[in-house]
Amino acid sequence: MKANQINIANFRQTPVIDQVGVNERVSRLNSRSIKKTSKIAALKLALSMIDLTTLEGMDTPGKVQQLCIKAKHLNHGISDLPHVAAVCVYPSLVKIAKKELNETSINVASVATGFPSGQTNFKTRLEEVRYAICEGADEVDMVISRGKFLSGDFQLVFDEIAQTKEVCGNIHLKVILETSELSTLDNIRRASEIAMKAGADFIKTSTGKTKCGATQPISLVMLEAIKDFYQKTNKKIGMKPAGGISDSKTAIRYLVMVKEILGNEWLTPTLFRFGASSLANDLLMQITKQQSGAYQSADYFSKD
Amino acid sequence: MNSRIDIQKTYKLYINGKFSRTESGRYFPLKDSQGKTTVNLCQASRKDFREAVKFARKAVSGWSSRTAYNRGQILYRIAETLEGRKKQFIQELNHFGITKNNATQEVEITIDRLVYYAGWADKYQALFSSVNPVASAHYNFSVPEYQGVIAIISPNDNPLLGLVSLIAPAFVGGNTIVCLASEKNPLTAITFAEVLHASDIPNGAINILTGFSSELAEHFSSHKDVNGIVYCGENLELNKSIQENASENVKRIHYYDKINWLINKGQSPYFIMDHSEIKTTWHPIGS
Repeated sequence: MKANQINIANFRQTPVIDQVGVNERVSRLNSRSIKKTSKIAALKLALSMIDLTTLEGMDTPGKVQQLCIKAKHLNHGISDLPHVAAVCVYPSLVKIAKKELNETSINVASVATGFPSGQTNFKTRLEEVRYAICEGADEVDMVISRGKFLSGDFQLVFDEIAQTKEVCGNIHLKVILETSELSTLDNIRRASEIAMKAGADFIKTSTGKTKCGATQPISLVMLEAIKDFYQKTNKKIGMKPAGGISDSKTAIRYLVMVKEILGNEWLTPTLFRFGASSLANDLLMQITKQQSGAYQSADYFSKD
Repeated sequence: MNSRIDIQKTYKLYINGKFSRTESGRYFPLKDSQGKTTVNLCQASRKDFREAVKFARKAVSGWSSRTAYNRGQILYRIAETLEGRKKQFIQELNHFGITKNNATQEVEITIDRLVYYAGWADKYQALFSSVNPVASAHYNFSVPEYQGVIAIISPNDNPLLGLVSLIAPAFVGGNTIVCLASEKNPLTAITFAEVLHASDIPNGAINILTGFSSELAEHFSSHKDVNGIVYCGENLELNKSIQENASENVKRIHYYDKINWLINKGQSPYFIMDHSEIKTTWHPIGS
């Protein structure tokens, strides 16, 4: 662990974010018009980046199986459809999802470390990660200790992420910052840096369990952090906005942001994901609309 | 002292309980009976229609789950509000070439028509429901239920009365509406939207667009999230394409050919049934 330790002062000196500038840039990027063939390409790309998610207390094995079947068979009416990147569930349901997706290249992601609040002792949280991996998870989504972060204990947050990564080994680790609880863009930038330096493979905006999910300004700040980190260390960190992205238009706007800030290299499911459940259907409806010319109805698409 | 300039109203679309301009930024002029341009109206695009359907869909569950009695109350409320603004409607109809007498008659019948359907709100179900004799141990009954989102292309004759005669029965049956106003005389339709706005209808339950049926009919009839379509046009080519498009997802199609809305035949509970599905329930009973 010693080797990994980073000077605390570093985290106190992260760049200050100009909120007005960020909003301005987002609205300028949003004015891009993506039409016709590029739109279809973008819709399909977005589809391939989805982590189809169900994280409810009422999730049953049946529900997860159904979600996996949806992941495997998105829509038979449309040709050349990509499959989603992963299915994201709670640790206790990983085994079921894994069995269902056994012969596909769709990953199983599991949330862990006391999701969504992370308010339990760290040993238990690590144990949960081990359990999820044992059950067969290909990717782990952890939450950071927001309470500790907000009280200024950055080193502890760093150590927790680093230790979790140690447990994960080759398993992909996504670090959920829960941006809605970090209150300022400066904090979000700082948390992003802590996570990346501690070994995160992905940084993720939200749990989807608070009022406010991913927003574009927040994601822009995180993407900038990824870019700076890449320029310093040559390591490519992935990004996953999650929560509240439910329509194609918003999804395409995210893709525009990624392309503009990080470039084409990041426009792949290995480096960019959407955490979403209803987005997939909207994308399918839009793709069908592009092909048939008629506006679509949710009545004709399987719920999950 | 007479230097005051009158404030002219901007006629906009009515979508989701808001008066918004068309996203396309287009407009078309409307000429009065002397051939002068007096107002400009929004020329709704397919995207305006798409938005309207989205909100109409959202409003279905709320509106259809209101009690029949409450739906009647709201229809009656629309009639009340319309009565209070009678003069304005007569003036607007008159301005575009309908004689004062005819305009007065049209507005009065429109108000009465709303009251007529308000009355039917909690009665047509009893009339069209049935308990069916079946040869098994079931209690079997059928009741009319709403269809969902109804797209209406209004007739050009009697621009106000025609519009209301088509909206009211579909609306009272628990459906939500996206309506294209009469192409030739859409003014009263947008003023009618102001009446709707003051009558406690839920947002998105009735949406009114102005524009051209030649442009929009295709989307009205092909949109998969529309459950039924009503039109009265005389353009045979257009009528054919509406039917073809609507058949794609088996929308309910109602073509009202030359109905005189001014007479009693222009109102009937059967118009409510045109926008209803019959739901039959098989309820097991002990033998």
